Amino acid sequence: MEDLTTLLQSLDWSPLWISLKTGIVATVFSFFLGIWAARRVVKAGPKVKAVLDGLLTLPMVLPPTVAGFFLLLIFSTRRPLGAMLYDSFSIKVVQTWLGCILAATVISFPLMYRNARAAFEQIDVNLIYAGRTLGMSESRIFWKVVIPTAGPGVASGTILTFARALGEYGATSMLAGNIPGKTGTISQKIAMVIQDGNYATAGIWVAIIMLIAFGIIVLMNLVSGKKMKNIKRW
Amino acid sequence: MPLKIRLKKQFNSFLLDVKIESESRRIGILGASGCGKSMTLRGIAGVQDVDEGYIEVNGKVLLDAAKKINIKPQKRHIGYLFQNYALFPTMSVEQNVMAGLHGGKEENRARTAAMLEKFQLKGLEKRLPGELSGGQQQRVALARIMAYQPDMILLDEPFSALDGFLSDRLQQELLEMLEDYEGTVILVSHNRDEIYRFSEELLIMQEGQMICQGKTKKMFADPQKKAAARLTGCKNITGVTLRDEHSFWIPEWGITVKSQTAIPTRTDCIGYRAHEFIPVWGERAENCIPFRLKSMAELPFERKYFLDIGNAPENKTQREEAGSEEICWFVQRDLWPELETRGLPDYLQIDIEKILYLTEN
Repeated sequence: MEDLTTLLQSLDWSPLWISLKTGIVATVFSFFLGIWAARRVVKAGPKVKAVLDGLLTLPMVLPPTVAGFFLLLIFSTRRPLGAMLYDSFSIKVVQTWLGCILAATVISFPLMYRNARAAFEQIDVNLIYAGRTLGMSESRIFWKVVIPTAGPGVASGTILTFARALGEYGATSMLAGNIPGKTGTISQKIAMVIQDGNYATAGIWVAIIMLIAFGIIVLMNLVSGKKMKNIKRW
Repeated sequence: MPLKIRLKKQFNSFLLDVKIESESRRIGILGASGCGKSMTLRGIAGVQDVDEGYIEVNGKVLLDAAKKINIKPQKRHIGYLFQNYALFPTMSVEQNVMAGLHGGKEENRARTAAMLEKFQLKGLEKRLPGELSGGQQQRVALARIMAYQPDMILLDEPFSALDGFLSDRLQQELLEMLEDYEGTVILVSHNRDEIYRFSEELLIMQEGQMICQGKTKKMFADPQKKAAARLTGCKNITGVTLRDEHSFWIPEWGITVKSQTAIPTRTDCIGYRAHEFIPVWGERAENCIPFRLKSMAELPFERKYFLDIGNAPENKTQREEAGSEEICWFVQRDLWPELETRGLPDYLQIDIEKILYLTEN
């Protein structure tokens, strides 16, 4: 018990803050990008839809290291775009917190997009038609009718996105690396301390991330359960 | 109030090709489910793309595909009452009614308040659509449309989701509320009672096409086309062979009918409404059909007899070809005592005046 107290006191909490910050910022990006992409796909014809959906879902089904590979291919300072960003704007993605955000956004984006799309597709298309015949502009219909009606689906998508962004490991470790206090997220910390054989510290971080993940899922169930008040209990 | 519409749309193997021209303020479109009625309305409102078309309402051209004119639904000023009302579920009654208004805040508020008053929605302003009854939802939907002051209103099967009693009352309510509306209203339905009650002019639609058009009462009295007769509720329709100007042979029923007046020469089938048969006991008179009872359904105010004609003993010899045709005979409640005392009649007689002369196409 005493050991645990000393361990907790001497613990470097930076992975928690870095993970939370990364998760929140990546979720914000994924939220808008995912909704935007979902809206585009819902409006597209069947063939365009199939291709577009495949591309947008890819990061979810591929190993994160593949995403990491592509991100490095694009943003490495030895590559044209990466070099240009660094030389002209002093923006560096590799081995920085920006890399954490970018990796987490790419990996978590499909969750947001898929959930938003499913929520949009559930909406009675007559609501949109009604809005049009009432003279409401397309963007007004979208923000005043579609988004609130799809609210629970969008909200649970957002929560899942956050959970995924929070725990991102593969692409992050490749793009941002594990620089303590800078890009060292919880999941990278766990991997690192286990390599050192430090199971006690790893256990603490495992407990923390499990707690957060569990809390998120319960929260999500409460949010999406709200709309289904009349669902019967078995 | 002229209305000119032509729409064409290929949808997989289904072809919608409709033409509506009317001066009426109350137009009904009657058709079976899946005949393209709703698609037509969506095309008029502009929420459904069409391949070709022309729409003119009160001299205003809304669509002219040939001239690449296609006014957005937002600018067409056409009110659309959806089958499920399509109220915005997250908005209150008040917000729903206000959704289509573009005036200043005060003006919108005043107009919304007036509409809520008119449609008896006072006290429900803050409720969500999910907390309203079917009838209240319909009133909100109508208030929302009326607040928007459309040039024309389209009603898409507005009563089909409601149960019988409610539907009856709501039809009456809707008629009353639309009374002082000056624009054109088109009602689409598969229910002939609704259409009969509501419309001055009637169009009958089948498989994506308008097959006939006329004044509603006249169309019910003399539908002329087979499909129109069926949709206006005629239960007995059968092919005929014209013998001469004044008589024809009904092979399926095994009788030759003689008429004083001339029979329209294009007639290839006739319709006979199930209420119009005259029961005959005893001696066989002119234009009488022998039958055998197949089954009977008793309803609160009506009995429905399903009668087999092909197997009636007297018909066997007369019929040119075998086969079993069924006819329906509906008997109102006031005739039941007579049937009970005298038993089923021996023959059903056709009243020549009541025959509907029809053509297949």
